[in-house]
Amino acid sequence: MKKEKKKNEKKKNLYWTLFSSTFMISAFTFGGGFVIIPLLRKKFVADLGWIDEQEMMDMTAIAQSSPGPIAVNASILIGNRMAGFKGALMTILGTVLPPLIIISLVSIVYAAIRDSIYVAALLQGMRAGVAAVIFDVVVSLGWNILKQKQWLPIAIMVVAFVLTYFVKINAAFIILGTALLSLIIAWFGQKGMVKKA
Amino acid sequence: MTFLELFWSFFQIGLFSIGGGNASLPLIQAQIVELHGWLSMTEFADIVAIAEITPGPIGINSATFVGTKIAGLPGAIVATLGCILPSCIIVLTLAYFYKKLKDHPLMQGVLGGLRPAVVSLITSAGLGILVLVLFPAGAGTSIDYIGCCLFVLSFIVMRIWKPNPIYVMLGSGLLGMGCYLLLP
Repeated sequence: MKKEKKKNEKKKNLYWTLFSSTFMISAFTFGGGFVIIPLLRKKFVADLGWIDEQEMMDMTAIAQSSPGPIAVNASILIGNRMAGFKGALMTILGTVLPPLIIISLVSIVYAAIRDSIYVAALLQGMRAGVAAVIFDVVVSLGWNILKQKQWLPIAIMVVAFVLTYFVKINAAFIILGTALLSLIIAWFGQKGMVKKA
Repeated sequence: MTFLELFWSFFQIGLFSIGGGNASLPLIQAQIVELHGWLSMTEFADIVAIAEITPGPIGINSATFVGTKIAGLPGAIVATLGCILPSCIIVLTLAYFYKKLKDHPLMQGVLGGLRPAVVSLITSAGLGILVLVLFPAGAGTSIDYIGCCLFVLSFIVMRIWKPNPIYVMLGSGLLGMGCYLLLP
């Protein structure tokens, strides 16, 4: 009986952490898209230690290549991974509520905000912080790949970067293309191993 | 009927906006401005601007904005639900297969290839923002020293003390507000 109660308490805590973490993160994800990934990584990989680095990258790939906002997709994946469907509901709520509340309020006072020099200066300053947060992650993740000293991942990284940043190819195509290429390489790699054996 | 239309319209937006962010703008415009006439082109430009200055994905932001305008708070909720439902279904399905197949050698190969690509995607997104910070008046114009200092400072703070990124973003914002308004 007591054990049951403790278990329930723990579950409640888990749901609450899932909700409150995604709520806080969503409330500060200016710029949209990928900006949320470093924040989720910091919370769930570095601070809580619930998800490991590799799985976070896999989730990012899945979130990016699925339709819909990346922020929502990534939250669904994390919630589902930690506590199944109910967990996903918690993280969806946490991610969707801040924009829902903020937009409802902002649409009332929009004109005043749009023309305010204070808001413009604050946002310009925040962008610098957002860029720094993203590059912090880039350095950590990029170094992980470089230090393996394998040519294939490094080549994929360089080519994918050139294609997204300079050629401006949609990120979803990059993911699908890379997945296909890796599948073919893995397929032949496996075949080669069978032949050798 | 209005609710159904709202739901269905944003369901399509959610379903077909792959790649996130500004990739979904033309789709939202086609549904909201051209097909249904829920917003004028000026209002649509405003919602894009609002999405820029507020947190949250543009899909959810426009769903809330349009929903509120058409049918108040219930409208906002219905439109938002429509927008995220495709994500829920597809992502949960993919998560199921990921869990099942994660350790299969072929899947390992695919995921191993995807990870470096993800790093590039994040780098590319970061560079896009950094260019806005360093050259606010557009690429090729003179460099913004305040933005440059804020970026370097925030980056050093992140690397050394690894604080909660939210504080770094807020701190940089407040410091930037002071600098931009007070410095000539």
